[in-house]
Amino acid sequence: MDRSNFATRSIQISFLAVLAGAWWLATETGSISRLFLPQPRAVYAAAERLVQTAAFWSAVSVTLMTIAKAFLIAMIAGIIVGYLVTRTRLATQVIEPIISGLFTIPITLFFPMFILFFGIGTGSKVAYGATYAFFPIALNTIAAFSNMDERYLRAARSMGAGRWQTFRHILLPGALPVLMTGMRIGFFICFASVLGGETISSVAGVGRNIAHAAELMESARMYAWIVFVICTSVTLNLIVYAFENRIRNR
Amino acid sequence: MSESAISIRNVSQRYGDAGAPDSVLALDDISLEVRKGEFVCLLGPSGCGKSTLLNVIGGLFKPTSGMCHVAGRLVDGSPHPDKIAFVFQESTLFPWYSIIENFRIALKFQGIPQSEWDDRAMQALKAVGMSSFASHYPDQLSVGMRQRVNMARGICVETDILLMDEPFAALDEQTRMVLGEDLSQLLAATGKTIVFVTHSLAEAVFLSDRIVVMSARPGKIKTIIDVNEAHPRSPDFMLEPRFSELRNECYALLRDEIRSTMAAQRDPQSAGA
Repeated sequence: MDRSNFATRSIQISFLAVLAGAWWLATETGSISRLFLPQPRAVYAAAERLVQTAAFWSAVSVTLMTIAKAFLIAMIAGIIVGYLVTRTRLATQVIEPIISGLFTIPITLFFPMFILFFGIGTGSKVAYGATYAFFPIALNTIAAFSNMDERYLRAARSMGAGRWQTFRHILLPGALPVLMTGMRIGFFICFASVLGGETISSVAGVGRNIAHAAELMESARMYAWIVFVICTSVTLNLIVYAFENRIRNR
Repeated sequence: MSESAISIRNVSQRYGDAGAPDSVLALDDISLEVRKGEFVCLLGPSGCGKSTLLNVIGGLFKPTSGMCHVAGRLVDGSPHPDKIAFVFQESTLFPWYSIIENFRIALKFQGIPQSEWDDRAMQALKAVGMSSFASHYPDQLSVGMRQRVNMARGICVETDILLMDEPFAALDEQTRMVLGEDLSQLLAATGKTIVFVTHSLAEAVFLSDRIVVMSARPGKIKTIIDVNEAHPRSPDFMLEPRFSELRNECYALLRDEIRSTMAAQRDPQSAGA
């Protein structure tokens, strides 16, 4: 780790420490009601109790399965649609603005429709998460394949590359970095929409449990769930970044 | 030596539909025979259609009219990778593959059996003095080294014909000279037929057996100049009076072309008439 890297990390860690310190101080002095924001140790104790329950793990597995299904659908649909759109210039010109235009609409507004169509079970969350994540994946796939450098395609053609060889050895590796960015953005949008959907309306999952704890005014338990989600999200982010860097650096 | 490797008959190439206002006649009725083992330079101002002609020979463009035969086969807008290899303007090494993988992929595309890939690649890299960089990625090399490797990639496919589209354009003059000398050495040994596009006068005189001087808009052959000097050529050739004479002859032929091209760029209306 070089010096500037060390400085960056120190500042980042200090920022988190200050945030945690402010939380502790605010609750210790009683300047914020403990009903709204419980003390760190109360949240810690609630978290400890929570992870020992079977309900915790079943909620976690419901949510992770929902995210996995939604992301898989979004990824397959997004990449196939995105790739097909780039096959002709006309399709790119017509369809790309439509997809990016639709993406600017807050799809949250249609969440009640997802409940109507797919029910209150996990199906509606899968559909909702998949729909939301489809857009960034499709858009980045379009960008990845349509910005292909003409020179590489010409070189490959002059060497006698066939269609499949050109796709496998030129188009795909050339597009991969941007493709990966799309999938990363898509994944975190999927993660957020599934949890959000569960919080608004569902019968199971992590989001449902957070909403339930809030309804019962059990704020320590609610924050314990939130801390768990944050930790999961940070871990996933680190994993995805590491994976993406590996791809970028071959 | 009299056998014809490339035979171009009345080739014209038009971009856009004839009669359309933005239509450009890039090549106008070009005929040229390139003998086996000959080094031919296409020299001319930018926009004279030299690269277009090269792409027609290589089968990347289908000519609007006329015919082009390579090794007796009609080339009509489809590449013949077993006969013709390209070395492009800028380095077209694929940045996602290491140097050795770039060679393997070129050989794979060309349909060479896998057992030969590494031997051929290393042989070509050795020929340009780059064998210790086999596992590097293109962006880890300098521009000059990249173009050296790019040249070797064109050579390793062992085609009879090599088409080079301003391969040294991105290099500084010194590197360009050194690479030119190396190319002369390398090619004298292989006996390849080469068509080389350039707008450098010194490069054209130093490398070619014949210099095809082209004029712009529409692209036509103005003159063909013979350079009677055996390959490989040493840098001393550049110091001979004959070298300067040939260079000046080319410049005299091109000067008016360049001036009229520049005038056309400044004032497209009047030049279009």
